[in-house]
Amino acid sequence: MTILPALTAHVRADGTPAAPTTLADRPDATVLRLGDTVVKAHAPGTDPAQLARRLETAARLPGILLPPLTPATEVLRDRLITSWPYGTPVDPGNPAAPWESVAGLLARLHHSTPGPALPPMRGPAKAARAVTRLRAVRHARLHPGARPVLDAWAALPAWARAEAPMPGPAALCHGDLHLGQLVRHPAPDGPWLLIDVDDLGLGAPAWDLARPAAWFACGLLPPDDWTRFLTAYRAADGPAVPAAGEPWPALDVPARALTVQTAALAITKAAAADRPLDTVEQAVVDACARMPAR
Amino acid sequence: MHCPKCHAPMQTYNRSGVQIEQCGGCRGIFLDYGELETLTRLESQWSRPVPPAPQGYPAPSAPAWGAPYGGHGGGHHEHGHHGHHDHHRRSFTHMLFSS
Repeated sequence: MTILPALTAHVRADGTPAAPTTLADRPDATVLRLGDTVVKAHAPGTDPAQLARRLETAARLPGILLPPLTPATEVLRDRLITSWPYGTPVDPGNPAAPWESVAGLLARLHHSTPGPALPPMRGPAKAARAVTRLRAVRHARLHPGARPVLDAWAALPAWARAEAPMPGPAALCHGDLHLGQLVRHPAPDGPWLLIDVDDLGLGAPAWDLARPAAWFACGLLPPDDWTRFLTAYRAADGPAVPAAGEPWPALDVPARALTVQTAALAITKAAAADRPLDTVEQAVVDACARMPAR
Repeated sequence: MHCPKCHAPMQTYNRSGVQIEQCGGCRGIFLDYGELETLTRLESQWSRPVPPAPQGYPAPSAPAWGAPYGGHGGGHHEHGHHGHHDHHRRSFTHMLFSS
């Protein structure tokens, strides 16, 4: 059952007559805004201790991550609730995405000292979950796109499939970077900050660059946008790629994993709606088909 | 100076002897008063080709499994129909903002 009615009542507990705006209502998260406050009901089964460590990290890095309004989580029914100040998101209608700002925030995040007992970044686990969902779709095996996606997944090293610890020196990572993970705070024109700490943790920092890298490699993100992002990350001394020369040896595995994740979710959604893949989804599946086999 | 549209830094280039500012982000061009007229006049007078505007960045490297044409916005998928292009753009915008 959705947490939306209970969360709405929770937000209006002080008797305010205004109705909150629903920013998201998915199985893994419900997010409401009322005035300057945003409340989030985290996914069922979220580990309270791990979420607490992630909240502490956001409170500790206020110039990089949006700090929570309160450092503690609340419990509403079976869900953990956190409260945040409202920030202005990226405008999907404006093609001038703040690539330089994202890159600078990631470089600073990756150089930050992690707090004690911070759990692993959840990027590989999310990719694995997307592939599990694809396998669970009835008739997914019959979908012409499923086989290349599953083959590309099988060819990835165990760490990228969340079956082994991540290699290399661990950095503080966001774990689920996309353009919906940025807000300006204070609204409407404060500096850009990263939001959503659910997947934040220790891991391979190249994972945070891998979505833009995958979009570029699939022919979807214009080359100049990718160059702006990568150049700004290097200019900010980001540790995920070498300062000069080829970035792809560092980016290849996570970019393949994110491409597989995106393709798996696209096929799952298209199959559920009984519709064909659109051209953008097909471009991502096609990229999986060109990847090296195991 | 910074671009009035996307706020990225603008760089000054000399085109046909006229100073123009181009945005490093959205590639938009800023012309001072009278500069467009000067450029138009110069280009109509000169028979020799005008040097091309700077392209900004060299093509970045891509992995072997990347899209064949290193395409911009999947242009090679388009068939000249606006509706098709709009759907393509909407679908990619959705992808830019989704987990």
